Formats: sequence, structure tokens, C-alpha cells
Amino acid sequence: MNLFVSSPHAHGARPVGQVMLLVMLALLPATLAGFWHFGWPAIYLWLVTVISCAFTETLCVRLTGRKAGPALADGSAVLTGWLLALSLPPWAPWWAGVIGGAFAMVVCKHAFGGLGQNLFNPAMAARVMLLISFPVEMTQWLAPVPLGSAEAPSALGALAITFGAIPDGMTSASLLDHVRNEATQGITLSTSLTGVYDPLELSVGVRAGSMGETTALLLAGGGIFLLFMRVIGVRIPAAFLLGIALPAALAHFLAPERYLPPMAHLLAGGVMLGAFFIATDYVTSPSTPLGQWVFGLGCGLLTWIIRTWGAYPEGVAFAVLLMNAATPLIDHYTRPRIFGRTRSGRSLPPAAPKGN
Amino acid sequence: MLGAILSLSLLGVSLGLVLGLAARKFRVESGGIEAELQALMPGSNCGQCGYPGCAGAAAALARGEAAVTCCPPGGKALAETLAARLGVSLDASAVAEELPRIAGVQEEICIGCTKCFKVCPTDAVLGAAKQIHVVIREACTGCAKCENTCPTGAIMLTPVPVTLQTWVWPRPAATPSPESVLAGAGAGA
Amino acid sequence: MGAPDTPLFVRLSRLLKRWGAHPEGHKYPAAGTEITAIPLPALLTLPLSQHVGAPARPVVAVGQRVLRGQLLAEAAATISAPIHAPTSGTVTGIAEVPVPHPSGLSGMAILLAPDGLDEAVEFHGADPFTLEPAEIARRVAAAGVVGLGGAAFPAAVKLSQGQRTPISTLIINGGECEPYLSCDDRLMRERAPAVVDGARIIRHTVGAGRVLIGVETNKPEAIAALREAAAGLEGIRVVPVPSRYPMGSAQQLISWLTGLEVPAEGRSADIGMLVHNVGTAVAIHRAIRFGEPFTKRVVTVTGGALRTPRNLEVCLGTPAAALVEFCGGLVDTPARLVIGGPMMGIAVNTLDLPIIKGTGGVLALSAAETGARREEGPCIRCTSCVGACPIGLLPLEMAARIRGGDLGASVDLGLKDCIGCGTCAFVCPSKIPLVQYFNHAKGELAARERSKLKQDAIRELAEARSARMEREAREKAEAAARRKAERERAKAEAAAKAAAAAAAAEKSASEENTA
Repeated sequence: MNLFVSSPHAHGARPVGQVMLLVMLALLPATLAGFWHFGWPAIYLWLVTVISCAFTETLCVRLTGRKAGPALADGSAVLTGWLLALSLPPWAPWWAGVIGGAFAMVVCKHAFGGLGQNLFNPAMAARVMLLISFPVEMTQWLAPVPLGSAEAPSALGALAITFGAIPDGMTSASLLDHVRNEATQGITLSTSLTGVYDPLELSVGVRAGSMGETTALLLAGGGIFLLFMRVIGVRIPAAFLLGIALPAALAHFLAPERYLPPMAHLLAGGVMLGAFFIATDYVTSPSTPLGQWVFGLGCGLLTWIIRTWGAYPEGVAFAVLLMNAATPLIDHYTRPRIFGRTRSGRSLPPAAPKGN
Repeated sequence: MLGAILSLSLLGVSLGLVLGLAARKFRVESGGIEAELQALMPGSNCGQCGYPGCAGAAAALARGEAAVTCCPPGGKALAETLAARLGVSLDASAVAEELPRIAGVQEEICIGCTKCFKVCPTDAVLGAAKQIHVVIREACTGCAKCENTCPTGAIMLTPVPVTLQTWVWPRPAATPSPESVLAGAGAGA
Repeated sequence: MGAPDTPLFVRLSRLLKRWGAHPEGHKYPAAGTEITAIPLPALLTLPLSQHVGAPARPVVAVGQRVLRGQLLAEAAATISAPIHAPTSGTVTGIAEVPVPHPSGLSGMAILLAPDGLDEAVEFHGADPFTLEPAEIARRVAAAGVVGLGGAAFPAAVKLSQGQRTPISTLIINGGECEPYLSCDDRLMRERAPAVVDGARIIRHTVGAGRVLIGVETNKPEAIAALREAAAGLEGIRVVPVPSRYPMGSAQQLISWLTGLEVPAEGRSADIGMLVHNVGTAVAIHRAIRFGEPFTKRVVTVTGGALRTPRNLEVCLGTPAAALVEFCGGLVDTPARLVIGGPMMGIAVNTLDLPIIKGTGGVLALSAAETGARREEGPCIRCTSCVGACPIGLLPLEMAARIRGGDLGASVDLGLKDCIGCGTCAFVCPSKIPLVQYFNHAKGELAARERSKLKQDAIRELAEARSARMEREAREKAEAAARRKAERERAKAEAAAKAAAAAAAAEKSASEENTA
């Protein structure tokens, strides 16, 4: 009943915490599939990463003299850890998760001022940092060994992997790695893809890759759920997918032996995760409608360029970070037209009324 | 080795010479800014800033001695204009916005001595000898010169009442913004 | 999308840009109740400023007995409106009383104690279609009719505006997009012929070709009633518009109905449009047909903390508390009392405030309805506000600039185009008081403008004074110089005389000596 309470006197929005919960809900199927494909080491790594993020978030918030409860309750730290874990190799060592999580929270988020202030997507920045600093550990992919299968490590045995090392002979190359390696040896695509590339297998996750990036179908399903719940807009994911599919289709059409088909690009690597969950990060993506199209297209195109000609086989994380850096600029140049004004900001001219 | 040292030194010396000559040649006459600032000031020479009149304040501002917020009659609006002209940053909220005050005459004790309207820099006090004086609210800058000169204390500054027409929504109480939090932590440490 | 002649591309572009929000209506149960008159209170409080523009100037004395419809205060400027007595009684005072305003400050008001006789002055109605447009505008102005959609802009000013600029289309705004409010809805249902007649009078006054009555689709009964009332009338069309906040904003309604945009720095008349609220149409109908001044209005009294929500017809000046009491009082301690609608109304901490011309609702909202329990959080740049803004602004960026104290930058981002509808703050997941940021900045800028004007005036005064002082000093100096010169001349003359005399004396003496 205090005075100076501004209108409106009703609120119709989901609180931030609920938004984050919905995103986690959308991530859940793909995460569970990742757990199933890669077994206990993946579960341990996921736990370690999420806990690292939550712990460092608490630390940072307490350092600034605030209570950690509300900051943790909005779920953004857990979500960052979750996304980072999904983008790591499933059997990566524990310290990768810990260092990555701490880097994401301290350097990428709180150094910029906390929630809503960071320029770069913390999960992707941490992943790139790990990839550059620990290239060996960060590229140890392995073919799925579903829980309960003979090769799958037991819960106890998995501890030795997460907190020790991957046993010899388990690792295998991801599709993009494989194609890159074959291409450097001058082997054409039609040969190198034989027996490796099956769109169906890729979409359900029967392939080597990051913990949560492999089941493209479930990720897309989660993304569509978010679209349906109006948590994310359609512009960024659509533009991202178009941005990678269009150039891929064109290149593949012109030189099918050299360039991967668009479907392979869409299903392989982290494109689905990136398009629906990473690039759509509110904080680091543009706020104008047109800017969101530009941002999404840029992410897609850069991913394709890095994959095709870059030094790394996968480019989603780099593409997103590069576009993050361009976001303020995009926002500046894509301001929406104001009602009753021209794009340049001048008032519309008075129109002569039509007599009738 | 020697060649490198010589060529770099030569380069440095010649570039330094060019810079020095340019500084001489394209020297910007200072002093223009002072007149410009003075034109922005209220011009009532009330002396509240502590400088000898508005010209003095303008000179101090031009030398960078006075703060852009030094002029109470100018208020926030002037502080912003000065800050923009001088290219200094100004947090508008940091301007200690004292409630503007203007003079008013207590008619019971005014003796009509005319001292106040002789000192008023804006002719805001009306009256004649042996007659009660009045203050024109619109013209009063609140410089307090009259208050100090009145022998009976009949003329006094009072805060301008906030009316329905002049009330402004307060700025929302900021949630701890990251900067202020960090600043607080730094002070505490 | 039943807009009659909206170009196809405009309709298609609407699919891409979906501004606004869909707040829960909460129109019922109040919308289901008939408009009821409430008994006169013991004292009517009639603020002098119930409209946009200069406050009215009282023309009655304290202690004077007045009749219903008698002029109490006259319009004080071109943009102002007179105030009339809602009933007969005695003027007991002209004093400062609390008025409905977000500041909670007081304003001048005429206090009228009704005597219960309800004696009226004689009213002179007329057939509007025999009157000159200028005469109609004059009569509407004299009746004190203001826009009843919330802004309370004097209606006659808009009518005469229409006479200066050609108007092709008159739009009657039956949008009533504010949740909870249903006073316009009931008016359209119960007094549809009056609405249509008011529309015809306005059309006649401004010479508009056609009339579009825009009503949100959540009011099917009102649409049906208006269609029946307008049946057989040439050029009057009732157009359903989607229920979406803020569809009832004049610019948005015009754009939806015609596809035309009002220039940001212009008026709707610039594109040949004139918008009046349905309540205003009824008031104009009463003022012209029956000569009645505007002294009564329909008010929705509702909210989760109220026992029986309903629509009441009340005399202006009735305290809001009387309305709440008539509705059975409160069942719960309200989390917030609001005068007006929940989106743009003002929060008040007392119900001892009079109903004024622009008051459409009195709301007693429960904590669950206001969402008051939720805390404000940091902006996560979710851009909900960008999508919701009907004007196409970037509320998050503007608020960030204002928070940082850079009001100029927020103006560059379009602060002056903000209509204060509150859609952005409504959809904000962090519950940031965006509207308050914008209102603060607008008020602060206006205050600076005022202080700058004062500065300029003062500088002129100071310059005039120093010029005068200089002149006086110069004159004084000149006068002194003149006097000095005169004195010296006199002295010189005297000296000369004395010398001459001395010489003469000497001469005579020497002559004597020689003699």
C-alpha cells in the first residue's frame, strides 16, 4: 500500500527462474539420451560441471556481498553448467568440467557484472577455452557404449575414467573429425562417408560426439518445445539452421565430392544444440527482431565456413562467440522502426485524407 | 646494429620535430571557451558558486578548477549542458539536487527599507521605501543575497513547494547494480 | 481480422509483428451487471483540474447555493474544461484536498454539500443537424465534456481541430483494452443508440465521411447492440478488433482499422482521422440533444478484494470509498488500490479520493492479482518488452540508459514516442518497473526544460539590471562631471571676478597713490 507504485498493476510474465526451468526441461531428453549412450562417466562429468558452476556462482555472489540464494534460485548457473557439460566429450576428465565451469562463471559471467551483463555465452566461451588449452582431452570422442551393454563401464569403473584416464582403444573419431582427416589424405567424400554417414543414426545419437550433442532429434524436439512455450523466438534458430543449410546445399550441389551434404551439417556436431539452446541465449544475442535474423544467419554461416575451411573440424562454439562479439553492433544498426516514424527516425509526413 | 639505432633515432627526432612544429602551427587559441561558458551561466552573478560572479565561475570551469555542478541556480539542466560542452561525464543522479529555494517576504516584519531589492541581482524584489516588498517567484534565483542583507529577517528563502504540475516520478530504487555492488565490495575490502 | 479496407500487405505484416500483450481480462463479473446509480454522498469534491490543460477557474462563492447543471468553474484557457454542479446544494468551500494523482499531492477543489432536492437549471437541447459545426463545438466545450478514454483531453478542442483539418474518418473507440474495466462495455450494451447518435453528431461536426466503431471481440454483446443501433444508417460500421492490449490506444486502433500510421510528431487529424471514446460520444449526445453538462459517469468497481464487483453511474466528486461501500465493501485487505485500469491506472493509498471525469475504474486488487510478492531482478535481455511494445521501441535499452543517468540517450532511442501503456513492464520476467523509468525520465526532462526557461528569463533580467546599473552609474558620473564642471566654471568666474575686482582695486589704489 505504499505510494509511488508505478503502473502496470498486473504482471503477466513467467519469472526468470521458471524460464530457466523450462529450458532445462527441454534439455532433459537429450541429456538422458547422452547418459544412456555414454554411461556413467558422462553422468559424473555432468554432475561435476554443474556443481562447479553452482559453487563458483555462489562464491562470486557472496564476494559481492549479496545473498547467494536468490542468485542460485534463478537457475542460470546450473543451466550454464548443464550446457557446458553437454558440449564436452562425454568421457572427459573431471578437471575439465571443474575448470570449464569455474571459467564460465568467474571470467565469462561475473567479471562482466553477473546475470544479464556478459558479452559472451559463458558455456561456449568455456568450451573454447578448454578446447584450445587441452586439445587432446577435448577431442577424445568415443562411439556410444550404452548403459548395460558389455563394454559400458560400471558405476565404480567409471570413476576411474572420469577421475583417471580413458582406457586405450576406446576412442573413436566424430563424423566431422573423420571427414576432415580423410579429406587431408585426399580421399573423396563418397568414399570417406561410406559406412560412416547415416542420417538416421546421426539423428538418434548413434555416433561419436559430445555428451549431449549427438541426439539431434531430441535436441530439436526440445527446441520446438521451447518455441511452443514461447521461451525462445523462432528467428534465431531458424536463421541459424538456414545459415548453415543454404551454403552447405549450394556447395554440395556444386561439388558433391568435396563438400558435405546439408543434412550432415545439420545433424552432426553441435548445430542443433547451438541453434536452439546456445545462440538463443537472451543475454548474448541481439534484442531487435531484424538483429536476431542477422545474428542467426551469421552463426550458421560462420559454423559452415569454419567446418569447411577452418583449422578445427567443428565451429559452432567459435561461430556463436564471434557473433556474440558482434551483437552490440548488430543491435545498434538494426533498431526497429518506431511507430509513426521512418526508419531514419523522422516523423512520417501527414497524409492527405482520402475523400470518400 | 648501429644502423638500426641510428635510423630509429633519426626517425624519432624527425617525427618529434614535426609534432612540435604542428603544435605551434595549429595552436588553438584558448579563451573562446571561457566566453562560451559564461554565456551558458545564469548571469545573475549571485556568487553562490564561490567565484567572483558568473565570469569568474566560467573562468574556473575553463581552467578545470570548478565542478560542472557548482552553480545551484543552474541546477541539473546547467550541469548537463556544461558537462556536454566540456566533455566531462556527469552522473545526473550524482548532482546533489537540493530542493530549489526562493525568497519570500514575511509582511508583518518587513519595514520597507529597500535594502533587499537593491542587492537583488535579477530585480526580483518589488517595492518602494516604507512599503512592504514582494518577491516575483519566477525571477528569483534563490541566491540568498536579500536574506543576508535584511535587517529584520523578514525576507527568507523557503523551498519551492512541489505541485501537481511540477511533481516528477522518482527514479526507481535501483536493484543493486553490478557496479555499485563491486564498488561497495571494494570499499569494504 | 475484420479490418475493412486495410491493405493486404499491412495485414500480412501483422502476422510477423505481434505487438501488445494478452492480459487476463477479469472483465466479469462486473461486465455482467447493469449500470446502477448510487445514492448521493454527503459531500461532493470537485477538483478544478479534472482534464488535460489549465485548471478551471471557480465562478461561485463559498456559501452560495447552486442548482444541478450550474457552472461552478469556467475553462481558464483554450485547453481547459468547465465544471458544473452534479446536483443542487451549497458550496461549502474551495480548498486543497487530496486528488487522484500518483504523487498523492493535493489540488484545489470545490466542495459541494448536496441538499437532496436535486433542483436543476433549465437545459436547452437542440437538433444537432440544424446547428452549425462551430456551435456544436462551442456547446460541447460549455458542457465540459472531456475524452473519457483515460486521457481526459477536452473533447471540444478535438472537434474544432477537426474543423481546421479535413477529416475523412471518425473512429469511435470501443476498444476498452484495459483488463477489469467494463464501463464502456456496459455503456455500449445498454446505451448503444446514444453511442451511435453521439457518433453521428461528431461526424456532422467534423464533416467526416464515414464512422468506424471499433470494439474488441471480447465484447460480443456490445458489438451486437451497436450493430442493431447502427442498422440502416449510412456510413456507420461496427468493426470487431482483436482483444489485445493496448488496442484501445488511438494510434493502434487507427492503424488496425485503416492501415494508416499517425505521424510521430503529428496528430491523428494529420491523416484525416479523429478518434473519440464511446463514453465521450454519449456525453456529446447528452450535451447537444438535451443541453446537459457532463456531471455523471459510469465507473467499474471491481478487483479480487471486493465483495460484489459492478458498474455504477456516479456523480463526479463522489468519493471512491462510497462506491466501494455500495459494492459491499472489501472482503480482504487489498494489496493495491487503483484508480483507473490495472495497466495505466494510478496506485493510491486511500479511497477518500473523488471520482473525476477521467476515472473509469476503482480497483481493489489482491496480492495474487498484482504479482506484488515477486521481487525485481536484473534484466536478462529476454526482449519480451521489445516484442510487446506497440510503438516498436527498445524498452530494455531505454531503461538501461535512464538507470545510468543518460536521459539524452534514452530520448535518442525514442523515449518521447513512448505512450506509457505499460505493456513492456507487464511482460517483463524480471519485473523491472520500466514505466516508472520512462515516467521519471519524461518528468525530469520536462522539469529541466522548465528550469532552462526560467534560467533564460533570469539571465535577461540580470542583463537588464546590469545594463541599468551601468547606465545609472554613467548618468551619475556624467551628472557629477557636469556639476564639477559647473562648479569649476563658477569658481573660475568668481576667481576672474575677484581678480578683476582686485585688479580694479589695485588700479584705483595705485591711482589714488599716484594721485
